[in-house]
Amino acid sequence: MADTATPAVGPDQASMTIEKPRTTSRRFRPSGSAMVMAIYLLFLMLPIYWLLNMSLKTNTEILGSFSLWPQNLTFANYQKILTDPSWYMGYVNSLIYVVMNTVISLAVALPAAYAFSRYSFTGDKHLFFWLLTNRMAPPAVFALPFFQLYSSIGLFDTHIAVALAHCLFNVPLAVWILEGFMRGVPKEIDETAYIDGYSFPRFFIKIFTPLIASGIGVAAFFCFMFSWVELLLSRTLTSVDAKPIAATMTRTVGAAGVDWGVLAAAGMLTIVPGALVIYFVRNYIAKGFALGRV
Amino acid sequence: MNKTVNQKAWFLVLPVLVLVAFSAVIPLMTVVNYSVQDTFGQNVFFWAGLDWFKEMLGSERMWSALGRQLMFSAIILAIEVPLGIYVALHMPKSGFWSSFCLVTMALPLLIPWNVVGTIWQIFGRVDIGLLGYTLEALGIDYNYTQNTLDAWITVIVMDVWHWTSLVALLAFAGLRSIPDAYYQAAKIDQASRWAVFRYIELPKMAGVLMIAILLRFMDSFMIYTEPFVLTGGGPGNATTFLSIDLVKMALGQFDLGPAAAFSLMYFLVILAISWVFYTVMTTLDAREGK
Amino acid sequence: MARITLDNLAHSYLPNPTTEDDFALKELNHDWTDGEAYALLGASGCGKSTLLNIISGLLIPSQGRVLFDGVDMTTAPTADRNIAQVFQFPVVYDTMTVRENLAFPLKNRKLETAEIARRVQKVSAMIGMDNELDRKARGLTADAKQKISLGRGMVREDVNALLFDEPLTVIDPHMKWELRTQLKKLHQDFGHTMIYVTHDQTEALTFADKVVVMHGGRVVQIGTPQDLFERPAHTFVGYFIGSPGMNLFDATLNGTQARIGDATVDLGKSYAASGRTQIGVRPEFIRLHAGGSGIPARIDRVEDVGRHKIVRLSVNGTEISAIAGEGDEIPAGTDRISFAPEGINVYADDWRVAATGEDAA
Repeated sequence: MADTATPAVGPDQASMTIEKPRTTSRRFRPSGSAMVMAIYLLFLMLPIYWLLNMSLKTNTEILGSFSLWPQNLTFANYQKILTDPSWYMGYVNSLIYVVMNTVISLAVALPAAYAFSRYSFTGDKHLFFWLLTNRMAPPAVFALPFFQLYSSIGLFDTHIAVALAHCLFNVPLAVWILEGFMRGVPKEIDETAYIDGYSFPRFFIKIFTPLIASGIGVAAFFCFMFSWVELLLSRTLTSVDAKPIAATMTRTVGAAGVDWGVLAAAGMLTIVPGALVIYFVRNYIAKGFALGRV
Repeated sequence: MNKTVNQKAWFLVLPVLVLVAFSAVIPLMTVVNYSVQDTFGQNVFFWAGLDWFKEMLGSERMWSALGRQLMFSAIILAIEVPLGIYVALHMPKSGFWSSFCLVTMALPLLIPWNVVGTIWQIFGRVDIGLLGYTLEALGIDYNYTQNTLDAWITVIVMDVWHWTSLVALLAFAGLRSIPDAYYQAAKIDQASRWAVFRYIELPKMAGVLMIAILLRFMDSFMIYTEPFVLTGGGPGNATTFLSIDLVKMALGQFDLGPAAAFSLMYFLVILAISWVFYTVMTTLDAREGK
Repeated sequence: MARITLDNLAHSYLPNPTTEDDFALKELNHDWTDGEAYALLGASGCGKSTLLNIISGLLIPSQGRVLFDGVDMTTAPTADRNIAQVFQFPVVYDTMTVRENLAFPLKNRKLETAEIARRVQKVSAMIGMDNELDRKARGLTADAKQKISLGRGMVREDVNALLFDEPLTVIDPHMKWELRTQLKKLHQDFGHTMIYVTHDQTEALTFADKVVVMHGGRVVQIGTPQDLFERPAHTFVGYFIGSPGMNLFDATLNGTQARIGDATVDLGKSYAASGRTQIGVRPEFIRLHAGGSGIPARIDRVEDVGRHKIVRLSVNGTEISAIAGEGDEIPAGTDRISFAPEGINVYADDWRVAATGEDAA
C-alpha cells in the first residue's frame, strides 16, 4: 500500500494548514440532521394522520369532499366500535391471545436461553440454529397444517390455539434475545450464588432474573409486537369466539360498500396498544432492537 | 465467555423443544406428507412420490413468483438498509428528542399488518387518499390497482414506510455504543466525514446491521398480509409474491399436493439464504469477542 | 511544536454561571513551555479533563483565550490545532492494519506516499511495533493499541503537543511501567510538548518535568516533583502527594514559634499570617522521642511496607503518620514527636505562607 505511486497533492507543510470546507459545513450539521429527521418522521406520520383524519369524518364527508382535516368532527365511528360487542370483542380476543403467547414464550424461553448462554452440551449449536429456522418459517407454509392440527385436537377457534401457533416464531426470538442479554451477565455471579448456598431455582428467580430484567422486558415487547401484528395465522385458526380485531375489520365491506369511517377508526384503535407498549419501553428500544448484542 | 460442558442443560431446553416440536414439527410433517401424496377428495390419498416437486420445479407460475419475490426483497433491502443507516446517523443521540424519535419511529412496527395494508390502500386511493389525490392533482396518472409499476412502487414505499425504522433503530443502537473518544480521535486525525463513517461507524455497526439484514430478508421473503390487503396480488399477478401464491394455491384452490411441495421448497430457499447470513453473523460475533 | 498560553481561561458547563462554584474550571493563566513534559494531576472531577479538552479544542471555554505560539486558537477546531491525543481507552481503527492506522493522519493531510512510508517506518520503530505493521489492529492487546494511538500522534512530526488522557488506565500493571518508561524516553529523544492527565501521583511524578496539581477546578500548584514534595503550595498538594500524605496540625502562630495544643514548636523562621493557620509536616520529617520536649503523641500501630516503616500516631485525637527507616529502631515508650526544621511548612486558609524574607514559591 505504501509503495503505490499516487501523485502528491501538495507539499505536506502547506496542505496541513488548509482549512477544509468540511469544518464549516459540520457546524451546520445539527440543523441538517433535524431536517432529515423531520422529513422522515413526516413520511412516517402522514399515512397515520390520514387514517386519523378519516376516522373523525362521516362517510358522506369522506366520499363527498376532500379535506386535510375533518370539517364536521364526529366520534360516531369510534362510538360504534366501542359499543358493539362484535367489534370490541375483537380487541379483547386479540389481547387475550397476545398476552397468553407472551407469557408462554417467556416461561419456556428463559431456562432455555440460560442453558444456551451458560453451558455447552451435545448438539447445542444445531439446536439453536434449528430454533432460529422456525423464526424463518413463512406463516403461509404453516397456515393449512395448523388449521388441520388444531381442528383435529379440538382447539380450533380458541385463544390458546393462536397463542401456541405464534410460539412458532416468538419462542425462537425470545430465546435469541434473552441469550444475548444473559451472555452479558458475568458467570461469576452464578458461581458466587452457588457458593452462598442458593439452589438453582432460587438463584434464578431471586438473583438472575432481576439482573436481566431489561432483557425480559425487551423479549416481552417483541413477543407482544409480533403476536399483535400477525394476521394470517390468527385469522386461519379462528372463526367467531377468538376472532382477532384485525380480522374483524374485513367486515366493514358490506352491501352498501365500504364503511370507510369505521374502518379507519378500527385501524386507529389497533395502533393504540402498540403505542402504549412502545411508550413504556422507550428507553430500552434501541438496545432491544439490537437483541442485546451491543 | 467459555462455557462449561453440562449435558443436564438439555433439561432446561426441554420445554422449548416440546413446544416448538408441537407447533413446528407436527405441521411440517403434515406438509411433507401432503407433498408426496395425491388425492381425489374424500380423504383418499395415494403415493405420488416426488411428482409434485417435479411439477412445481417445472411450473412457470412458481418461478415467476420466485422471481418477483427475489426482486422485491432485493429492492427493499437496497432501499431500507442505506436509508435506515442514513436516518440513524441523523438521530439525536440523547434527550427528549431522542426518545421522541425512537417512539415515533417504532410506531409503524406495531401496527397490525393488515392495518398497514389498509392505511396504504386508503392513502393511495385517488378519490379519498392524500397520496393518490395529490398525485392526481399534480397531473400524474397514478392508479395502483390498474398499473403494474404503480402497484410495485406503492408496495415498496409501503414496506419502506413500515420497516425502515427497524433498520434505523438497530443502526442507532450500534452507533450509540461508540465511545466519544473515537470521534475525537478522528477529528484530531483530520478524518473526513466519509472516513469516520467508513472506519469507525460502519465497523461498529457491522454486527447489528447483519441482524437487520437477516430480519429484513426473512420477513420480506415471507411477506403476505400487507400486499394482499393493498393490491390482492394484482394487477394480474404483478404483486403476487411467494406467500400470496402459496395461500392461493393451498386455501383457494385446495391444491394440497403442489402447495405442500411448493411450501417445502420455499422454506428451503429461506433456510439456505438465512444460514449464510447466520454463519457470517456468528463469525462476526466471535471475532468481536476476541 | 509550540508554546501554549492560557490567558484568563475559565469554563463552566452551565449557560449562565454566576458564582465561582458554577465553574468547572476556575480562572487560570499559564504558559506551557515548548518541549516540556507536564502532568496534570488531581482527583476525579477536579477539572483536569475539562482543561485538556479546552487545549485540544473539543471544548470551547466560557471565557479567556488559548494561544499557540501567540496565535489565538480558542475557537479553532481540533483539526487545525495540530495536536495529538491519546485517550483513556485505546482508540484504533479496528478494520485497518497497524500500518494503515499509523498512516491514516498523514493520508488525511495528503502527504506524499513515499514520505508517509518513511515516517510510518520510523514511528513504528520508535513504538516498537515494526514487526507487526501488517497485522489487523482488531486483535491486538490494549497496550499495543495504546502504542498505536500514540504513534498516530507522533507520525505528525510537527505536532504542537501530545496530550494524554489517563492513557494507562486499561493497561496491565506490569506493562504500565514499561510504557511509561518508553514515553519518557520518547520525550527525551524528540522533545515534544507533552501534557499527561492522571490521578496517579506515581505516574505524574515519574513522567513529568513539571506537575500541575488541580483541586476543585483550580490549579493549586505548578512545580517540579521536588517542589511539590518539599514545599506544597496548598494543603491539598501536601495531602494528595506523598504516601502517606502530609500531616496537618492546627496551630497558632507567634513570630518564630507556633503553638500546637499545649506544646510550642520552634519554626526557625518568622511568619506573618492570618486566618486559619496550620502547620504541615511530611511523615518523612517527623522524629519520634521517648520523653523530652515535643508534642505529646501515642503510637497506634506500626506498618512495615518493606522499604520503610509507617508509624501511625494519635496527637490530640487526630491521626498522623511518621516514616522511619527500615533499619531504624522505634524508641521504646515513644510519647513525643518533633519536626525536622527543613520539613516545616506553614499554611493559612489552606494556602502556604512564605516565611518573612523567603522567596515566594
